[in-house]
This record gives sequence, C-alpha cells and structure tokens, in this order.
Amino acid sequence: MIAIVVATIAIAFFAAPLVGLLLRAPWGNLWNELSAPATVEALKLSLVCSAAATVLSVAFGVPLAWVLARQQFPGRRLARALVALPMVLPPVVGGVALFLAFGRRGFIGQELDDWFGFTLPYTTLGVIVAETFVAMPFFVITVEAALRSVDHRYEEAATTLGSGRITTFRRVTLPLIAPSLAAGAALSWARALGEFGATITFAGNLPGRTQTMPLAIFLEFENGNTDGAIALSLVLVLISMAVLVGLRDRWLRA
Amino acid sequence: MLDAVIDVRLGRLHLDEVTIEAAAGTTIAIIGPNGAGKTTALRVLAGLVALERGHVSLDGTVLDGPGVRTWLEPEARPIGFVFQDLHLFPHLSVLDNVAFGPRCRGARRPDARRRAAGWLERLGIDGLAGERPGALSGGQAQRVALARALATDPRLLLLDEPLSALDAGTRPSVRRDLARHLDMFAGVAVVVTHDPVEAMALADHIVVLEDGRVTQVGDAAELRERPRSAYVAEFVGVNLYRGTADGDGLVLANGTHLIGGDGTVRGDALAVVHPRAVALHRTRPDGTPRNVWAGTVGHVDPEGDRARVHVDAAVPVTAEVTASSVAELGLGEGTPVWASVKATEVAVFEA
Repeated sequence: MIAIVVATIAIAFFAAPLVGLLLRAPWGNLWNELSAPATVEALKLSLVCSAAATVLSVAFGVPLAWVLARQQFPGRRLARALVALPMVLPPVVGGVALFLAFGRRGFIGQELDDWFGFTLPYTTLGVIVAETFVAMPFFVITVEAALRSVDHRYEEAATTLGSGRITTFRRVTLPLIAPSLAAGAALSWARALGEFGATITFAGNLPGRTQTMPLAIFLEFENGNTDGAIALSLVLVLISMAVLVGLRDRWLRA
Repeated sequence: MLDAVIDVRLGRLHLDEVTIEAAAGTTIAIIGPNGAGKTTALRVLAGLVALERGHVSLDGTVLDGPGVRTWLEPEARPIGFVFQDLHLFPHLSVLDNVAFGPRCRGARRPDARRRAAGWLERLGIDGLAGERPGALSGGQAQRVALARALATDPRLLLLDEPLSALDAGTRPSVRRDLARHLDMFAGVAVVVTHDPVEAMALADHIVVLEDGRVTQVGDAAELRERPRSAYVAEFVGVNLYRGTADGDGLVLANGTHLIGGDGTVRGDALAVVHPRAVALHRTRPDGTPRNVWAGTVGHVDPEGDRARVHVDAAVPVTAEVTASSVAELGLGEGTPVWASVKATEVAVFEA
C-alpha cells in the first residue's frame, strides 16, 4: 500500500514537468515561434550535428565494441573504463577536458592547427566532436554487450561453410546484433541531440554555427522568452518520444 | 579417404591418439558416453580446434599437421558440418541459409541460389525456401541443416548428434532420410552420436570413444558380439563381465564363477551374455542351466512388447523377457527372482 503511494508520487514527479510544458505551451503562437529563422537554424544544426555524431559513433563504435568484446589484450579493463567515462563524467567537465586537448592551445589542437590549419572550438565540427564524445559510449556499451552475448556457434557454422572472418562478421554477426545496433544508435543519437554542457563549453554558443537546440532553449529561457523556450522544448520532447516508441520493444515491454 | 590421428588437450579432456580412418563413400559413427570427446574430435576434423600432435588428412591432403607445420583454416577445408543445435542463421531465409556456403565459396548470388534450390528439392523441402528458420519444425530444420552442409559439395561431412534435437516421433523418418543421403554421399561422413540405433542405422563402422581414447572399432555385429567395455556392452545391450578365464568359464572379481565359453581362453577375459539368453524364475529352477543366481529385481524397462529386467545379484545381470512374462512372474522393483543362463549362452573371449 505504501509502495503504491510512493510509486504514484514518483510517477507524478516524472509526469509533472511534461504536463507543465503542455499547459504553458503557446499553442496559438507555436508556428510563429518555430518558424523563426533562428529557431529553424538551431533545429537544422541540431539534426545535422547529432546525425553526424551518430554516424561517427557507429563508424568508430563497431570496431571498438568488437575489440572490447572479442580481443584479449593488456589494459582492456582500462580501455573499457575510458570508454564508459563520458557516461558518468559531468558534460561540462567533458567540455573543459576537450578544450584542453583539442583547443587551439591544447596538446592535440595545437598540432592540428600547425599542420592542417583547422581548429575545433567554436566551430560546427567542434559541436560534432563534443556530441560524439558524450554519445559514443552509449553505442559502444550496447553493442559490446550484444557482441558478448552472440552465440559463437553461428559464427562457427559460417566458418565451416567457407566464410572468412570479415564475411562472417558482416553477414552473420552484424545481422544477429541488428536490434542492438539500432538501439545503440538511437540512444547515442538521443544523447547527442540533447547535449548541452560539453557543447557550450567546448564549442560556445554561436547562432548558426554552434548554437544547437538545447543551447537555443537555454538562451531563450534566460532572456525571458519563455514561449520560445517552450516551443523549442516541445520539439525535443516530440523527438524523444519518437525514440522511446522506437525502442519500446526493448525497454517498455518488460 | 580420411586419415586422422587426433591428439589434443582441452581443459580436463585429453584426446589420446584417437585414430579415425574411413574410405570415401563410407560413414563412420563415433559413439561414446558424454564427455568422452566425441564432439571435440569432430571439431578437430573441421579445424575448429587445432591439433597438438597427430594429423588430419583427407584424400592425401594434410589439413592439420603440427608435425609438418601444416594448417588449413576451417573455411578453406572441403567440409560440411551439421551442428547439434543446427544453428541455421535466423536472419536468413531457408534458401539463403543453404546458399550461404556456395556464396562464400565464390558463387554469384543467382548461381548460389539455384544450387541451394536444387538441394532443397533433393531433400524434399523446396516448399520451405522462403521460410525463416524460426518457422520450421524440428524435422524440417534438420533437413535444411543437411542441405546447407551439402551445398558446398564437401568431401568430408561431419554430423554432431544430428537427430538429437528431434522429438521421438519424427526421429525415425528423419533417420531413414539421413541414412539414404549418407548412402548417396560420395565423400567420407562422420556422425557423432550416443544413440546406438542411430549409429547402427547410419554407419558402416563404429568408433567407440571413452574418456578420450578409442576403446573399440568395428561394425555393429562385432560390437554386439565382442564388446570391449561396459559402455559398449550397455550400448549394444548385452551383459559384459570382466574376470579371469580358467577353462570352465570366467571367475569374476567377487569370486563368482560364470560357467561357459569354449575353454580356449585363459587369463584376463571378458564374458558376454545376451539379455535374451537370461531366464527369470520365481523359484529355483531345476534342470540343466549351469549358471543360477538368486537376486532381486532392480528395475524394469519396458521396450514395446518386451522388457529389460535388471537383476541385482552376485552377478548383476540384465534379462530381456516378454512383457507377458513380466506380468506372469509379477516382476517389479524388489521382487526376489532367480536368474539362469545356459553355459552355451556364455561367450568368453580375451580382454
């Protein structure tokens, strides 16, 4: 009985902010708010950067997850801890750390600047780097777990049929973990889309270049334009809901 | 022609110079108790486990020869493998499962599919081409697994407990089918099983593997008539006794004298009594039987219209009697009985 009451309070706690958002939404004015050029720009930037971060997460994450799951090497535990670190690190700290490494004076950023003449901080590329930094661990952890749980005997069956390692991975292993690939990609994409702390620290808040949706929402809210903040928030709520629905088979069906 | 001497350690298992030889067109069954190393032997032949010593060669080509530093990757071996749990690829259709092998060996997709379709037809399952493995019955999945293994035209076909995933009802028909396909198969087939009927139905020769060693090689009749271990005796269903032959019969370790044999064997010897040669009585039988023991019924295994009755006595013995005599004698667990065996039914031979 007590548990039910407490659980109800907890659920209300999760529902209340959403209700608040919906109650205060400037429904009549919504389209105007959303079609403002600055908003469209922020939304576009958010989608482009989060999509790019997801692509990078998958491109680097699949080989990384495979190495972590299947290869024995000294320092594997350390490597796994490093990969998981951004998940627990406060994003702002991540942003500062990125800045110290990849900033113009950073020990890697300086080399990049000297050799190739490009800088990451305060650029769209910097946003993508920051988002990838915080988002890729979600993909890697999900896919690594899937790779560990894949039945090796399917791969052995492929081998006895004449399939080399790469073919086996491509035609057997990856299809078998397809649901986890999709879930991992969706998770990291959602994480990238909502990224705030690392982005604002590392890439700043330049409209059209580094100002993504969360940054725009924060700015609107700070400047007293609550309606604009709510309108933008609703868009992100909608997108989050879509991700949740997409993942429902994995999480919501217990 | 398969010629293999398998010597490898895996954890507590040690396959100790397990020799497997078979001519093309023949089927070998490897039988043995659980943990004897049957599956490991098969995996060595496939190249999923590497040898430490010995060799595996097929048609004169060395596939694995640590002594001559030769190793052929499993994907490069001309083999087909039917796994115990089949392991059909769940994300591919039946047709693409079977086409997988030809594709990996360089066939273009349409050619591979055509060949796969041909195999499905030969196995009488062409109607299933578009199905996913998850939608198949056990017997259907078994046939698909066989088609997949055969589709690469292997010269060595390896089957690990090929019928164990099937329920008892479908097993006989699939077994008959499998026997037919193995008869037509031009290469060497090696079947791992713990089912005697399966071994006898499918194989020309039987290799008995116990605790990593070959304890006997022979055809079914040889194994039944001359079992070399308690496992083989149990496997082909005969009573096997080990002891010392003294000319009149066999003296067991507990001193019991089993009369029989032709008197030519001396020293360490084995005696075999077929369960059907054992008669059971409620009272001490009079007449001629030379071997009579009092005991109690351990348990009764009905097998169709007959039953195997295990008798705990000075000489533990299994009798095979008709179901009606079980009823007439009122045999059940704990029933006191007399078991008798004619001396002429006791075969004694060198251990």
